[in-house]
Amino acid sequence: MCLAIPALVVERRKGDDAVIDLGGVRKTVSLALVPEAVEGDYVIVHAGYAISRLDPAEAQRTLALFAEIDRAAA
Amino acid sequence: MKKDYVRPVDFRNGRVDMSHGSGGRAMAQLIDELFVAAFDNEWLRQLNDQACFAVPGGRMVMATDSHVVSPLFFPGGDIGCLAVHGTINDVAMSGARPLYLSATFILEEGFPLADLKRIVESMAAAARDARVPIVTGDTKVVENGKGDGVFITTTGLGVVPEGVEISGDRARRADRVLVSGTLGDHGVAIMSFRENLEFETTIRSDTAALHGLVAAMVAAVPGIRCLRDPTRGGLAATLNELARASGVGFRIREQALPVRPEVHAACEFLGLDPLNVANEGKLVAVCAPADSARLLATMRAHPLGRDAAIVGEAIEDRQRFVQMETGLGGSRMVDWLAGEQLPRIC
Amino acid sequence: MKFVDEFRDGGLARVLAGKIERAVEPGRRYNFMEFCGGHTHAISRYGVTDLLPASVNMVHGPGCPVCVLPIGRIDNAIALARDHGVILCTYADTMRVPASERSSLMKAKAAGADIRMVYSAADALRIAREHPAREVVFFAIGFETTTPPTALAILEAERQELANFFVFCNHVLTPAAIANILESPQVRDIGTVPLDGFVGPAHVSCVIGSAPYEYFAEEYAKPVVIAGFEPLDVMQAVLMLVRQVNEGRHEVENEFARAVTRDGNVKAKALVAEVFELRRAFEWRGLGEVPYSALRIKAKYARFDAEKRYGIVYRSVADNKACECGAILRGAKTPKDCKLFGTVCTPETPMGSCMVSSEGACAAWYTYGRFRDREAA
Repeated sequence: MCLAIPALVVERRKGDDAVIDLGGVRKTVSLALVPEAVEGDYVIVHAGYAISRLDPAEAQRTLALFAEIDRAAA
Repeated sequence: MKKDYVRPVDFRNGRVDMSHGSGGRAMAQLIDELFVAAFDNEWLRQLNDQACFAVPGGRMVMATDSHVVSPLFFPGGDIGCLAVHGTINDVAMSGARPLYLSATFILEEGFPLADLKRIVESMAAAARDARVPIVTGDTKVVENGKGDGVFITTTGLGVVPEGVEISGDRARRADRVLVSGTLGDHGVAIMSFRENLEFETTIRSDTAALHGLVAAMVAAVPGIRCLRDPTRGGLAATLNELARASGVGFRIREQALPVRPEVHAACEFLGLDPLNVANEGKLVAVCAPADSARLLATMRAHPLGRDAAIVGEAIEDRQRFVQMETGLGGSRMVDWLAGEQLPRIC
Repeated sequence: MKFVDEFRDGGLARVLAGKIERAVEPGRRYNFMEFCGGHTHAISRYGVTDLLPASVNMVHGPGCPVCVLPIGRIDNAIALARDHGVILCTYADTMRVPASERSSLMKAKAAGADIRMVYSAADALRIAREHPAREVVFFAIGFETTTPPTALAILEAERQELANFFVFCNHVLTPAAIANILESPQVRDIGTVPLDGFVGPAHVSCVIGSAPYEYFAEEYAKPVVIAGFEPLDVMQAVLMLVRQVNEGRHEVENEFARAVTRDGNVKAKALVAEVFELRRAFEWRGLGEVPYSALRIKAKYARFDAEKRYGIVYRSVADNKACECGAILRGAKTPKDCKLFGTVCTPETPMGSCMVSSEGACAAWYTYGRFRDREAA
């Protein structure tokens, strides 16, 4: 429903503005809703605003979960 | 006796005004100092209302396009070279060698002459590089508010070699589908400039004249069935057009489509599908299965076909659907786009 | 693209498909509603259904804010631009939604109304600043993901003391819609629509957190798994739902743990609470009146409220009688059950909410899936 993308915060600018990068494409968005985000963090961006941070460790855990050997198969 | 002094056209600060279209001295001067000077060839130097040339024997091909792109200048090109490339490509897609172009301009009163000069010089360079002269044209001026700066219409003529029969209705079951390179570059470059959508990217329009590539392809595989350039509507529109004309279906593989990572990313931002995004320097080819390896190698050997790929094949399908095997391993349709492509947030 | 491509990997998809195949119990049917239009879109666009066993049936829910926007509200938006001469700023999604008298925002724009597409509420604010002599109205739509940016825009307009910026608020709420579906006769009493669980929205949950779904899981004894928008996320969520159903559990699980926490975005929620309050009722296209399902601007910020400024009167406009969107949104019918589907009603000429945006159940089926219909034909 809500088109949102995970992007890397590459530069914080004045106020809440920040430059984010997804796959080499950069855009200036607002971090007003996620003010604690710093350069190097990943955030979820929707309609010009970051709405939450993305936790890389959790992301890896989720991917590992997909690949996990099926307990039920045993 | 004092020599006649005519103040040269002020290309730095001047603007188009109604006198430039009225047929009088101002118009003649603009034509002379801008169009003839830039396009510079034996036909234009004659200053006739028409161009006269001998036509080599064979079947002639004619194509025409109007160009209303906005913005006029974008990364990788402008409305001028886009117009020249576009018509050269339309002629070339029949397998023909493009020979001559005409160009007409509808200028809006108030349009900066500096921009016009930039556009015309870009057209001249594109025509020179392609070795296809612009031999005749026309200029009109409309009142302020009645045009979008400049509209350009180009018409091209060419000749098709003997034995070459390339047409959208010739695809048959099992034929292979090839694309000449990365998809979506032009559309993304344009969108990156549009109001309220600015994002920074190094994606440039792929606008290019493809007749050299086509000549090499036709020489290697004279039996090519179809050629088309996937402009507005992208690869999706082109495949649906070919499917409808030929009475077949197509099945393509998402993993085989060449798309730059930045184009993928820009499309993600905007909720677009690269399959629906315009290209201005790419072509789609359909050929018999036995010819596909040779055709691919020929394309890849050419500077404009380095990223060429075989992306799918024609299948038996009375309903003429275009299907795609997704990267995930599932299947879905590749349909015409409903209306103009708009970015979305939802 | 990091954190995107990995979640679309074909190899992992096959692994997950295998796990789901082994997890489903023979002879048992599983019906899961993916509430969110984004999930409907992901499922269709990647052909996820091809990787699920036949016993798993995905039911497409009403989580598409464009789809459920009533015709009457689009009429109001058009009237603002056409009759009040405002600059109407809107997300591009709404442009083609058909309104009354065969109109639409796109057509009104073609006829001369000053309607501009924006990517963000901040763009509308900027336009207001750049045109102090004109009145600018932001057509605010969307679920809880899109509401905080609108709240920010209003607060910023106040901070900048803008006198020419207004918001036409059409924000709607996810939990209310889920409740409406679960309360519908087909689901609750008649049981013609067995719903065994929900795939919960991804980005709405980034904002509201996973906590609000606990009420549904408890009250209606249905499992909810919040899933990210990538196809592997959806498949993992289906696996988790199948396991919950098999084990007789009805909990809220969070597959999208990389972006969703139990509390969500506290700051965003606080901003929304500062600027907006609940409407007692709001009409949803296809669902009718849903209580406490939408927001309006609080009295404190009334001077930014377009409804007050322009005295907007809402007039309900009914859909075509043959339109089955209401049933489709509740999962009681499929697009193919609708007489209008594919003939009178197509993405170019949408008749009802399910066809209006590319995420609606009918649009998704038409655009991505109708090549499968010939097997039945």
